Amino acid sequence: MTITHDLLVWFSKSFGLFYLIGLSLIVVVYAYWPANQKPFNAAAQAILHDDDDKPYRG
Amino acid sequence: MVAELTKNERQGALVILLALAVTGLAMAAGGRGDPFGIHGAMVLVAAIVGIFAVIGGYYAPEPSPERLDSYYDSPTKFGIVAAMVWAVAGMAVGDWVAWLLAYPEWTFDAAWASFGRLRPVHTSGVIFGFGGNALIATSFYVMQRTSRARLPDQLTPWFVLFGYNLFCVIAATGYLMGVTQSKEYAEPEWYADIWLVIVWVTYFVLYLRTLNRRKEPHIYVSNWYYLAFILVVAMLHIVNNLAVPISWGSAKSYSLFSGVQDAMTEWWYGHNAVAFFLTSGFLGMMYYYMPKRAGRPIYSYRMSIISFWGITFFYMWAGSHHLHYTALPQWVQSLGMTFSVMLLVPSWVSAGNALMTLNGAWHKVRDDAVLRFMMVAAVFYGLSTFEGSFMAIRPVNSLSHYTDWTVGHVHAGALGWVAMITFGAIYASVPWLWKRNGMYSAKLVEAHFWLSLAGTIIYVFAMWNSGIIQGLMWRTYNESGTLAYSFVDSLVAMHPYYIARAIGGAFFLLGAIIGLYNIWMTIRTASQDQAAQNVADRPVTEPAIGAPALQPGE
Repeated sequence: MTITHDLLVWFSKSFGLFYLIGLSLIVVVYAYWPANQKPFNAAAQAILHDDDDKPYRG
Repeated sequence: MVAELTKNERQGALVILLALAVTGLAMAAGGRGDPFGIHGAMVLVAAIVGIFAVIGGYYAPEPSPERLDSYYDSPTKFGIVAAMVWAVAGMAVGDWVAWLLAYPEWTFDAAWASFGRLRPVHTSGVIFGFGGNALIATSFYVMQRTSRARLPDQLTPWFVLFGYNLFCVIAATGYLMGVTQSKEYAEPEWYADIWLVIVWVTYFVLYLRTLNRRKEPHIYVSNWYYLAFILVVAMLHIVNNLAVPISWGSAKSYSLFSGVQDAMTEWWYGHNAVAFFLTSGFLGMMYYYMPKRAGRPIYSYRMSIISFWGITFFYMWAGSHHLHYTALPQWVQSLGMTFSVMLLVPSWVSAGNALMTLNGAWHKVRDDAVLRFMMVAAVFYGLSTFEGSFMAIRPVNSLSHYTDWTVGHVHAGALGWVAMITFGAIYASVPWLWKRNGMYSAKLVEAHFWLSLAGTIIYVFAMWNSGIIQGLMWRTYNESGTLAYSFVDSLVAMHPYYIARAIGGAFFLLGAIIGLYNIWMTIRTASQDQAAQNVADRPVTEPAIGAPALQPGE
C-alpha cells in the first residue's frame, strides 16, 4: 500500500482530530476531577515540608 | 566513592569495567589509525583507570546499613560539579567560536580549530555536558525526595553518570578529529550512539525503579517532566541515529534515511530535543526548586498537569517548521507551523504558573539572587516560547530562517531559560547537599546573576539586530529586479554585531567561572565550621529529628 497525500489528510482529519480532542478532554477531566484535588494539593505542599530529609523505610 | 558500594556492587563494577576495557581494546585493534581506534584507546584507558579505582577501594569496609536512612546524594554531587565544569568548558568554546565568526583568520590553519569542528564541541558541551549532567543530577535529587525513597542501589547511578560523561567526552574529542555524522545536535557517530542508548535505558529503568519504591501515593509533577525527558530522548535518539557503519573498524556510517526523509527525521529529533531535553527536563527542575526556594507551593498544580500533556503532545508535531520552503510537502510544513503556534498555550501556562508561584514572594526575589535566577528563567521561557511560535509561522520564517535571528532565539532560550534555571537550581541545592548554611559567597552569586543577565541581553539584542538586518538585506531588490546586496555585503554588516555577541558571551562565561569557583569554595571551606556546629547540635537535634515513634528494638 502506498501512503498518499490524500490518505494522510484523511487520517489526520479523522483519527488525528478525535485523538487530540479526546486526549485534551481526558487531561482536563483528570486535572479537574474533584476527588483528585486532595492528592494534588497534598503533593504541591509536600515538597515544601520535608523537614526530616530522609527516605521512608518500611 | 567505591567505599559506598556494597561488595556485590564492587564486583559488578569490575565486571562492567572489564567488559568496557575489552570493548575498548577491540575498538583500538579494529580501528588502528582511524579515529575509531583512538576512541577505542580512550575507552580502554578510562576503563583501566576505573578498574584501578575499584580495586583500590575493594577491601574498604562495606557501607553500614544506616546508609539506607538517608538519600543517596553522592551521584548528585558529582553530577553538579561535572555540570559546572562542562558549563565553563562548553561556554569557553562557544565564546571562542563567536570570536572566530568575527575574526575568521583566528583558526591557526589547523583543522581541529576550524569553526565546523569547534561549533559542535560548544553545542554538545553546553547541551549535553552542562544541561545533561545538571538534569541527571537534579533528577536523582528530586525523584528521591518526592518519592521519599532512596535510590534502589549505589552502582546504577554511577554507571549512568560516568557512562554519560564518557559519551560526552567521546563526542567532543570526535568532533575535533573530524568525526561527525552531520546531523545537528546528533553529531556523534554510531558507536557513541549505541553506548548512549545503553546508558540512557539504564537511566530510565533506574528512574522507574526508584518511583516503584515510592512512599507517596501521587507522583509529583516534576517526575512526570523528568520521565518524559528521559523516555522521549531515548525514542528520538534511537530513531534519528539509525545508521549502518561502513565497517566494524571505522567511525564512519551512513544514515538509514536520505533526502527529505532524512531532513524530516533530523528535525523531528532536533526540535523534540529542544522540547524534551531543553524544556521538559528543565520544567521538572523548575517545578521542584522554584516552589521550594520561594517557600510557596505551585500556584496551580492542575495547570502544571494540563500544560505537561499539552507540551508533550504538541511538541511532537512541531519539528517540520525547521523545513519551511524546502522540498518537504507544504502540508507537513503547515502542520508543524500550526502545532508550533498552539504550543504557545501550554508554554505560557507554564511560564505564568511559575511567575504566579512567586506572587507573594517578590521580596524574596529582590533579596535572593538564587530565586531571581529562577524568576528570570521563567520570564525568558515565556519570551522565547512566544518568539519560537512566532518564528514558526511560514511568512515570518521567510525573514528569519538562516539568519542570526534563529541564533538569537536559541540563546534566549538556552542562556535565559535553561542556564538560568539550572544555575538557580544548583545554587539552591549545593548548600542542601553539602549541609552548609549557604553559598560560600552570596556576593559572588549576585555577580554571577548580573553577569548572566547582562550577557544574555547583549547576546540576544546583537543577534536580533543582526538577524533582521541580514534577513532584510537578503530580500532587498533594486529597480532592475535583482538582489541589491551580495552575501558578502550582509556579512560585512554583521561584523559589529558579531563582536557584540562575543562580548555578551564572555560576560556569560565569566559568570559561569565565578559560579564554579563559588561552588568549589562552598564545598571546600565550610566543612570545618560545619563540623564544629554539628558537634554542638547533636544532643539537641538527634532526638528531635529521629522519628519519635521508633522505640528501641522496633
